[in-house]
Amino acid sequence: MPHRTFIWFILPTALAMILFIGLPIVSSFFQSLHIENEQVLMEVENCDPFGCTTNVRVDVEATEKIEAENPLGRFNGFGTYIDRNHLAFDEIREAWDNKSSIGEFKDIVLNLPFYKALLFTLTFCFAVTPPVIVLGFIVALSVNTLAKSLKGLIVFGTILPMIVTPLIGSLVLFWMIDSQGIIGASIQILFDDPNLSLKASSNLTWITLIIYGIWHNTPFAFVVFYAALQTVPQDPLEAAYIDGATRFERVRFIVIPHLYPVATFIMLICLMDNFRVFEPIIGFSAEGVAQSLSWMIYQDLRNENKMLFGSAGATSMLTILGIAFLLTPVLIRTWKEFKTER
Amino acid sequence: MNQTINKYSKQIIIVNSIFILFWLTISIFPFIWTLWGSFKVKADFFSRADWTYALSGFNTLIETGATTTFKAYLESWTEGEFGRATMNTMIVTVSVVSISLFLGTLGAYALSRSTFKYTFYILIIALIFRAMPHITLVSGYLFPFFQLNIWGILPTTIIVLVAINQPFTLWLLYSFFKTVPKELDESALIDGCSYFQAFRYIIMPVMWPGVVTAGLFSMMLAYNDFTVTALLLNQHNYTMVPKINAYLGTVEYGGNYMWAVSSVVSATAPLFMIIWFFQKQLISGLTAGAVKG
Repeated sequence: MPHRTFIWFILPTALAMILFIGLPIVSSFFQSLHIENEQVLMEVENCDPFGCTTNVRVDVEATEKIEAENPLGRFNGFGTYIDRNHLAFDEIREAWDNKSSIGEFKDIVLNLPFYKALLFTLTFCFAVTPPVIVLGFIVALSVNTLAKSLKGLIVFGTILPMIVTPLIGSLVLFWMIDSQGIIGASIQILFDDPNLSLKASSNLTWITLIIYGIWHNTPFAFVVFYAALQTVPQDPLEAAYIDGATRFERVRFIVIPHLYPVATFIMLICLMDNFRVFEPIIGFSAEGVAQSLSWMIYQDLRNENKMLFGSAGATSMLTILGIAFLLTPVLIRTWKEFKTER
Repeated sequence: MNQTINKYSKQIIIVNSIFILFWLTISIFPFIWTLWGSFKVKADFFSRADWTYALSGFNTLIETGATTTFKAYLESWTEGEFGRATMNTMIVTVSVVSISLFLGTLGAYALSRSTFKYTFYILIIALIFRAMPHITLVSGYLFPFFQLNIWGILPTTIIVLVAINQPFTLWLLYSFFKTVPKELDESALIDGCSYFQAFRYIIMPVMWPGVVTAGLFSMMLAYNDFTVTALLLNQHNYTMVPKINAYLGTVEYGGNYMWAVSSVVSATAPLFMIIWFFQKQLISGLTAGAVKG
């Protein structure tokens, strides 16, 4: 296809992507270099019959004027990146200098907002992915043995958790697990502890969120494994059968090796998707004990008084760095695939 | 031969059936429970005293005079303005699907037919764009949108969702067009068609299976989106998902839980029906990138 024709075909979609994906990333970066304008303060003298007092007040007019001149705020360089709410270099250095033990240092660092969120995000990623792969594989194997007439219906039932949006999925589970819901109340009765609830401890909340993550992601692993199972070659299976291999051995030594590349694909996609975990935290109202990087950005943008564009931008940039790190293996894989195709 | 290999012993069949039933319970029961509970009052669905009230509808009987009630549905659709949210979702979904398919088919067709190296880089960039968390993009949108005064309205959100959706649509349709034989449109070109004519008269009639799959994914993205719609629309223009979130927490609706429960049912039912019809396309789309490799 000549270049000219190619450009006309690709132009609309390229324009959409550049304007609304490329530019926002640049804009996010610029925002992260700026910080909100300071309010202009002025001293006002109040005199009444008992004497005069001076008060410091916000000069609304002057503040608005600066705001109108510089809507993005003042330039702050990389200041936002290293402040207390992000990488917090000063706080970490201070904690390191004053530490009495490594444990104490760790506690201080992991209580800083950014590191707290990073810890949850990574824990969520790495706790959800392995069970998803294992469970997805088992479900796929087991659906694969069913009679054909049943398969359609059961596949439909299996993929439901994946179809609903994470917010609705987590709400639906939350309403059951909540202390007043069916599962929550039953657990209270079972352990005979009326105060036992999801919100009682941060560990329980984390576990609930992880269980939700597994519930939501397993269908995807199932679908991919299920499709891959259809491509397993029959000849080696027959040969193994003739040689007396048991069903388990056939799965272990023929089916699983065949599915390795598929499993890595699922793992990478799963890690990347879960790195942006955000909606379940809102669905489970778990903001108190579990914050993720995406949730931090949402919170900055939802700030009641003033949207913290600088702070949100900085967190966005750091999140994108994390994604880039996870994305590299996917890119390398795609690169190789392309090379072999040509 | 195949017969003997695929014959299962009784134990395996039993264990397998139990496992499948167990798994289906986990994946389906929460939705059935929510559907059932949406016809009760809050004191039953979130019962402090005894969860069996949710089954018997004890408080529902006292409050409304019957064991099932449509109160939550009626109220959320009238007072809660859920109808308006549904309308908005429909506008957003239909527009996003049609615009992204239009842009996506043109772009993907060109990518699949061009032999130059830059197609590869375009696809890689699309892959990188696809991995961007939506919330980081939203943080980049808000400031310029406020300055341009286009925040809060549906058209902005539609364009944004179309753009966010493009990378995936491009990849999906690209791998689909690769399976359409080149000879088809090449012979048309030899006969004197332009590329646009070849696309219009040769490719369009055969591209529908791929387009349906891509459309399904665009639809799910637009229908399910929370991040973009919650932050880029004003309260008045909310689509269904942010509306449900608003029922839970904001002052305006006073944390009206049963509205949220009934709205969840109203929002998921159409989605499930669509997926029931297009299940095959959904699965083929999910596995497009995975199984070959």
